[in-house]
Amino acid sequence: MFEVRIHGRGGQGVVTAAEMLSIAAFEEGHHAQAFPSFGSERTGAPVVAFCRISDHEIRLREPIMNPDALIIQDPTLLRQVDVFAGLKKDGFILINTKNTFEELGLEDYVRDWPANRLCTLPAIDLGLKHVGRPVPNVPLLAGFAALSGKLELESVCKAINAKFSGKVAQGNIAAATEAFNLVLARAKDASKEVANA
Amino acid sequence: MLKQIEGSHAVAEAVALCRPEVICAYPISPQTHIVEGIGEMVKSGEVKNCEFINVESEFAAMSVAIGSSAAGARTYTATASQGLLFMVEAVYNASGLGLPIVMTVANRAIGAPINIWNDHSDSISQRDSGWIQLFAETNQEALDLHIQAFKLAEELSLPIMVCMDGFILTHAYERVDMPTQEQVDAFLPPYEPRQVLDPADPVSIGAMVGPEAFAEVRYLEHEKQMRALELIPKIADEFKAGFGRDSGGLVRGYRLDDAETVIVAMGSLLGTIKDTVDEMRAAGVKIGVLGVISFRPFPLSEVRAALKGAKRVVVVEKTFAVGIGGILATDIRTAMDGISILDYTVVAGLGGRPITKKSLHALFDKAVRDDLPALTFLDLDWNIVNKQLERERQKRRSGPVAENILRDVGGSHVAQHS
Repeated sequence: MFEVRIHGRGGQGVVTAAEMLSIAAFEEGHHAQAFPSFGSERTGAPVVAFCRISDHEIRLREPIMNPDALIIQDPTLLRQVDVFAGLKKDGFILINTKNTFEELGLEDYVRDWPANRLCTLPAIDLGLKHVGRPVPNVPLLAGFAALSGKLELESVCKAINAKFSGKVAQGNIAAATEAFNLVLARAKDASKEVANA
Repeated sequence: MLKQIEGSHAVAEAVALCRPEVICAYPISPQTHIVEGIGEMVKSGEVKNCEFINVESEFAAMSVAIGSSAAGARTYTATASQGLLFMVEAVYNASGLGLPIVMTVANRAIGAPINIWNDHSDSISQRDSGWIQLFAETNQEALDLHIQAFKLAEELSLPIMVCMDGFILTHAYERVDMPTQEQVDAFLPPYEPRQVLDPADPVSIGAMVGPEAFAEVRYLEHEKQMRALELIPKIADEFKAGFGRDSGGLVRGYRLDDAETVIVAMGSLLGTIKDTVDEMRAAGVKIGVLGVISFRPFPLSEVRAALKGAKRVVVVEKTFAVGIGGILATDIRTAMDGISILDYTVVAGLGGRPITKKSLHALFDKAVRDDLPALTFLDLDWNIVNKQLERERQKRRSGPVAENILRDVGGSHVAQHS
């Protein structure tokens, strides 16, 4: 079982991201279960959504407390919510930001982390560029697929087409493609660093 | 066809495949995406020969359902929580009149305190309303139960609540196998009413009945539910023959062979319980699970047969009867009348409190050692409870409980992940 927790704010498509992640995993033949942290949704309020991926039927219904991966859609949450709670050692961390982990003040937290498990992505910029809206969820999802190696870009695109249509779908696919390639290129660099270290 | 979709949407598609003729719903909270989904399908013409009636309240929703069902239309609605309570007078009329309405209850807590999250307080409050109540374990079972429910309801002329956990199932995206229209058509014949308001052959429905015959009319309601006990497994068998999977039925056992400890529960909680039981089985504990699908009618003899070899039974339920304790547990005890089995009641998951494998594991470990009180509130924070009790002892005007407790927990009552 591979468990992903997505943190963001109301309006950033956090729940949609988890749902799309489950669709992408389903497209690759996996069992997947996506669900939100249930609450009264308000724009701007912290939101959490979850996705489990497995090769067996998923019966567990508890929230994800020890994720294998974190997607953080809004870096300002780092000061507000304990986003790292329960994260497994060496778990994947993908943050929507133009800054580095050091610049976010996370240097100590990730000191012993393998570099190829960490990534930051300017997802808002990618959303603005391709979709015309500052929505970071799809670029991050594609970035996560690249970072984790769990999903193909094609599956992410299928999930986009399941959720959106027309121009919005096209824009999101363009954003996803750029994000995927960006993270893949960085992951290669990071792997080299790990190999050289 | 396999699909990865939201539980609510899966149910909407399944209901659409049942060719409903009238859907009446109050479309705002507490409501789910189910009626929204069907509403879209009616509007787009995907669902034909169906009228979607936007009513002004849940009371109106059930009243319109009664009218349309009596006029011979296959009728569906959905609700939850306070919405169900608001329609209660009409809920009793639907069953009293014997009208085969199918209604989804997306289970949620009842206030006060205000709470929008999942537990079973809403449908269980209608335990004695005369409706059949079927509880789904997964989204697959939820959609399958709706297809079975129309058949069962119309055969008996009785209304059915299909209960599925609000949020936990309704808002979860997971894999479901969506049947084809041909499969559903082969399983579910067109509605042939046992009673109908027909201008060509006029009758009245809804007579006033005095002491001379009231008991007889009510007894016949009970007799119908007793017949449902026979019909529910038959319909589940037919469903399996047509759709190739086990869904529905009265009860479902899991790893019950040689089980000394049996955990009993209803709904989606069974999944987490099964995972916990697998871990304990791997460690050599003789433990199994009994899922109750049909809560009304209650399958006394099936429950008894499943439990009679056990040493102890732990009933985990997502609601309780204030002033006594377990509700499902009381029915389970009735089923075990005369058999010597230790029984424990556990109230869990109230108002959306997550039920974790960790908590269940610790709970079942205690149960296996017979180290549980008769009634347990799982993961209850005694510090909070005792603080409030102390406050009430100290000061007469100690203030409203919910507000006091929220202040004590620092306002972080929305547990995002615990």
